[in-house]
Amino acid sequence: MKYPLALTLVLAALLSPFASLAEVAPDEIVVPAEIDTVAPAPVTGLTARDYVDNSDAGDKIVLSWELSADDGSGEGDVVAYELARSTVEGETGDSLTVVPAGATRYIDDTAEPGTVYRYTVTATDGANTSAPAISGPVAGRRSFFQPMRLPVLVLLGIFFGMVLIFTQLAQRGAELFVRRIPGLNAIEEAVGRATEMGRPVLYVPGIGEIDNIMTIASLTILAHVAKITARYDTPLIVPTARAVVMSAAEEVVKQAHAEVGKPDTYDPDNIRYLSDAQFAFAGAVNGIMLREKPAANLYMGAFWAESLLLAETGFEAGAIQVAGTAMVSQLPFFVTACDFTLMGEELYAASAYLSREPKLLGSLKGSDWMKVLSIAIMLAGIVLRFAGHDAFVNWFRTQ
Amino acid sequence: MSATLIWTTIGAILTLCVYSFLYKDNPFYKFAEHLVVGVSAGYYLVIYYFNFVQPRVVNPVFLLRYGGDPIQFAGFEWWMALIPGILGLMLYARFFPKIAWVGRWPLGIYVGGYAGLGLSPVMQARVFQQMEANALPLTSITNVLLIVGLIGTLTYFFFSMKHRGILGGLARIGIVFIMVGFGASFGYTVMSRISLLIGRVNFLLVDWLHLL
Repeated sequence: MKYPLALTLVLAALLSPFASLAEVAPDEIVVPAEIDTVAPAPVTGLTARDYVDNSDAGDKIVLSWELSADDGSGEGDVVAYELARSTVEGETGDSLTVVPAGATRYIDDTAEPGTVYRYTVTATDGANTSAPAISGPVAGRRSFFQPMRLPVLVLLGIFFGMVLIFTQLAQRGAELFVRRIPGLNAIEEAVGRATEMGRPVLYVPGIGEIDNIMTIASLTILAHVAKITARYDTPLIVPTARAVVMSAAEEVVKQAHAEVGKPDTYDPDNIRYLSDAQFAFAGAVNGIMLREKPAANLYMGAFWAESLLLAETGFEAGAIQVAGTAMVSQLPFFVTACDFTLMGEELYAASAYLSREPKLLGSLKGSDWMKVLSIAIMLAGIVLRFAGHDAFVNWFRTQ
Repeated sequence: MSATLIWTTIGAILTLCVYSFLYKDNPFYKFAEHLVVGVSAGYYLVIYYFNFVQPRVVNPVFLLRYGGDPIQFAGFEWWMALIPGILGLMLYARFFPKIAWVGRWPLGIYVGGYAGLGLSPVMQARVFQQMEANALPLTSITNVLLIVGLIGTLTYFFFSMKHRGILGGLARIGIVFIMVGFGASFGYTVMSRISLLIGRVNFLLVDWLHLL
């Protein structure tokens, strides 16, 4: 063979790419990576039911299932569970969420109340998904009764019971004691002063709507004031900020005039709707105070920022002023600028005290004893907490 | 002269008209007062119609009855929207003396409905949560003051007995706490009112006169 060395070199160059193969030790065998084509086992025992919690808007469905046989055992390759939701039978529907391996429960809080859903849960190992487990149809429903609100029902029952008992007692003529509220004398003095001076009384029932409990209490006091002014032929001006309150005030004042036997002296022009806008109302009432010069200003009801505007203007005009509101933020201004102030519940007590209406007296007494019960419960809670027992206080937790 | 300058000037003039009340009642204040009362009445009429009457009565009736997009009223029947509309119209019966009594029905439904709906939430928020939150251990001065003040305040508003003896003492403690609270609330609110005044003066000196 001619040129053996050259031939050898050429062969070596041609075969060099395959040299690495020749470097493998005879006892090592390279096997290509196995591709996982086996799907994990499906979950079992999938259930879906309406989830009831304290809010219970009917928008929560709870899913529960048993782990796939390949989650933590078997193949042990489950990495997650894919959840889907459908409103159509036979369809998988839209993907809802993915929960990690090991999870056996999920709460879907995006359900529409009343809509029927079917849920699908599949186990996945990253490459393959199991056969789907499909739940039966389920719909979220608002509960008729929320067990967490039982304490509310119990205490409301006690409160209503007390109110009914005291109302019955009042209707049968029993003497229900209500202590005298100092501001009430001031109302009658104010009206008397206006009568002596021949000037009108201005009664502002606040700017709350008719559903506001302060407005309702104010209208009860208005009835009492209207009877006094009707009896002495003193003009009574009632500016209102709400149309419905105006119509209720008209009823009250007209009725008061009829009860004292002077229906002809009722002047509907004195019951005025001014404006729904807060400061437009305040400006207009200020104008009334300076132009019509009432001798007595009574502010009874729900007030907001306009309270000080009214009270200061009335003070500058020289009127005697009596206020009553349960708006804690406005009470300081009335206390500062008015001659007398009915604070908070004194406004409601005043309406019961003046009218002596059995229902009002009954509710006043009922709420009084409810306060006693509240204090007793708090003191009991303090003592029990001190002794390390929280169950009593926790029973009142309704959220 | 730009539109912005015109409206700013009008706003500034009306502001000064209202502030003139600090001196005494005068025609400028009367003009501003009557203007704002009249404008607000017309403004609220439009607001109430487009925010309440149209979306809650007109739209459901016409869209559901005569076609349109029913999705927004899912679960609604067209005639259901007529009920509040009729109740609202009944309120106008008071302008006719012979049937004025008809106006009391919607008033009763309105007041009774709101009272009933508010009963449970108010009981929870203003009674239960307060009772639970105030059952505090007497381990700090803050807790002791809180509980003493709370019991004193509740006692002050107890109307079934005269405030004498122990009850009178507790009520006196309560009124002290109430007045301290009022003082703090007064100071806080005065601060916020001063900031409103600063805003107005800012409007006059910066936005209108460009002095600052």
